[in-house]
Amino acid sequence: MAYQNIFTQVQLRGELEPGVPLDPANNDPRFGPFGFTYWMGKLGGAQLGPMYLGKLGIAALICGAISIVIIGMNMLASVNYDPIQFVRQLFWLSLEPPAAKYGFKILPPLNEGGWWVIAGAFLTASILLWWARTYRRARELGMGTHVAWAFASAIWLYLVLGFIRPLAMGSWSEAVPFGIFPHLDWTAAFSIRYGNLFYNPFHALSIAFLYGSTLLFAMHGATILAVGRYGGEREIEQITDRGTASERAALFWRWTMGFNATMESIHRWAWWFAVLTTLTGGIGILLTGTVVDNWYLWAVEHHFAEQYPATGTLDPSTLPGAPQ
Amino acid sequence: MMRKTLIALAALPALLLGGCEIGTKVTEQQGPRGTAIAQVNHKATMQIAAEVPAPPYDLTPDMLEGDRAGDAYENVQVLKDISVDEFNYTMASLTEWVSPADGNLENGGCNYCHNPANMASDEIYTKVVARKMLQMTQNINANWTPHFNNNYGESSENAGVTCWTCHRGKPVPANNWSAASPSPSKLAGNKLGQNTPLKQTAYASLPYDSFSAYLSGKEPIRVGAKSAYPSTHKASIVSTETTYGLMMHMSQGLGVNCTFCHNSQNFAKWDDSRGQRVNAWYGIRMVRDINNNYISSLGDVWPANGKGINGNRRGPEGDPLKVNCATCHNGINRPMGGVKMLKDYPALKGVHGTAVPAPAAAPVVAEEPADVAPMAAATALAKPAA
Repeated sequence: MAYQNIFTQVQLRGELEPGVPLDPANNDPRFGPFGFTYWMGKLGGAQLGPMYLGKLGIAALICGAISIVIIGMNMLASVNYDPIQFVRQLFWLSLEPPAAKYGFKILPPLNEGGWWVIAGAFLTASILLWWARTYRRARELGMGTHVAWAFASAIWLYLVLGFIRPLAMGSWSEAVPFGIFPHLDWTAAFSIRYGNLFYNPFHALSIAFLYGSTLLFAMHGATILAVGRYGGEREIEQITDRGTASERAALFWRWTMGFNATMESIHRWAWWFAVLTTLTGGIGILLTGTVVDNWYLWAVEHHFAEQYPATGTLDPSTLPGAPQ
Repeated sequence: MMRKTLIALAALPALLLGGCEIGTKVTEQQGPRGTAIAQVNHKATMQIAAEVPAPPYDLTPDMLEGDRAGDAYENVQVLKDISVDEFNYTMASLTEWVSPADGNLENGGCNYCHNPANMASDEIYTKVVARKMLQMTQNINANWTPHFNNNYGESSENAGVTCWTCHRGKPVPANNWSAASPSPSKLAGNKLGQNTPLKQTAYASLPYDSFSAYLSGKEPIRVGAKSAYPSTHKASIVSTETTYGLMMHMSQGLGVNCTFCHNSQNFAKWDDSRGQRVNAWYGIRMVRDINNNYISSLGDVWPANGKGINGNRRGPEGDPLKVNCATCHNGINRPMGGVKMLKDYPALKGVHGTAVPAPAAAPVVAEEPADVAPMAAATALAKPAA
């Protein structure tokens, strides 16, 4: 039953593993390994480190820290530098993008959105540097670059929301504020302004892939845990043998739904679903306001949404002499 | 250890449900099925809806005869054409509604407005305000009838307001608003008029001064596009959020959800909206009329804060306390559960199109006629809407 528990039951202890040596030209020093921790071992590998930071990692962390400090200091300023109010109101506080009157001006006054542009620039730099880091680390380890490209899909959505679409609309004010509730309010207002995002087919695809991702994640995670007693976590090495965890897992799904993903293809399924979530989402956001101004009306026009019988309610402002 | 953990886990759902409203709910479907156009009401709240004071005594037909109040008393400007008996009946009623003698107010009863030595005197500011409020009440009842249009297949006759609708026995109605303090231009303390947990935005981060923008100002409330593709229609995300803030107030002020008026598949579209949205549309214009032409136009009649007999009548920015949807509705979509108390107070009904003496509003009439007497304007001007 051990493998079916919420937490990892088996923790390896032995010599600390420093990792394979890399090409001497690129083999920057790494920190650690630092040792074993019992509690991290509950969640994953018990060994902490070694950690490789490198120039890209350091640059990414510096840019990210600058961005977070700018956002945090702006929030702190908005409550008159009162640390207690900062904590109490943190979920409401925000660094807002520039107002519509500034259009897409490169740097509006700092206290009217200029800090938002700067924070966004540093955050973007940080994310792109971190992306380069994931790409380069994978290459150094002789891996494929699947992680980097999946990350790139998320970055695409981020850039569409904060840069590409505001550029296309000619206004920073279309972008998302930095804040917990404020970005949720932005989401709700964005959908209402553009006639209900649920009728945006790319939004629909994004949701399908998002929910599909959770479904696949649950199916795959559950399957592997369920065959853990046969060493199912050693997925690939069992792939060709009979009676193994792999074969049982495959049989389970063939019996259940007549079809099974393979130990290899299930990861392709998961990767594509995750990547397509943000890829289609970004397309949907980019089309909103630039190509389509009211998704509900667009959907009715394209027979994608139901037109309910009219209620007979008239817009009173269209009546002659109506009050303003 | 395991058992304790299990008990703690079992308690968790109960804690998570702690925010829920306990009690029987009544759900009424109001649109095509599958669209979630339904109202969910809390049964206990619905029952306390109709708290309406009885008239001081019966107003019999013979009491409507006799001398006119304007002839019998000095300085009667609004209610001059009704009988002395009806005048006294109306005065007794509105004293009970606004400043009852047995209330907590030190100068309650008649003396809240009148100098007992000279009832005709306008020396106490509340008398000047009360006169304006009578004009306002008559104007609302005579000219804003579209706001009272009945959507439930009942007659709209005698639908309207009295002083009680808002005041509920208090000189200042419980629900009011005043302009928010402007945000400073520097960074410190500048929240850009939003991002603050407040009731009027339903504790969201939405802009919180939507009342100034829409209920005294005339900023465009409509943000949704009318055509599928980009057009000349412009509305920023921030203005959408400001509209959202107003809608949160309307929802709370009336105790209804979005689908009381809208089909949420496309909030902007009138063809799919319920008739209640028309009432709300007129209500917003009515509230602007009240705030601009009856409350703000009193100007310095309102005592400065800290002065006057009963404390503050102005907000922190010095503007008078004004009305919003909750002032009358008090959380119920039909104030007082739809009781038509106006039938007992004919003096408050006013005369269609003419009951707007409001001298201070005269310049406004000249500039924007449609804003003052909507129905009169609707028939007389036939002006296309902007």
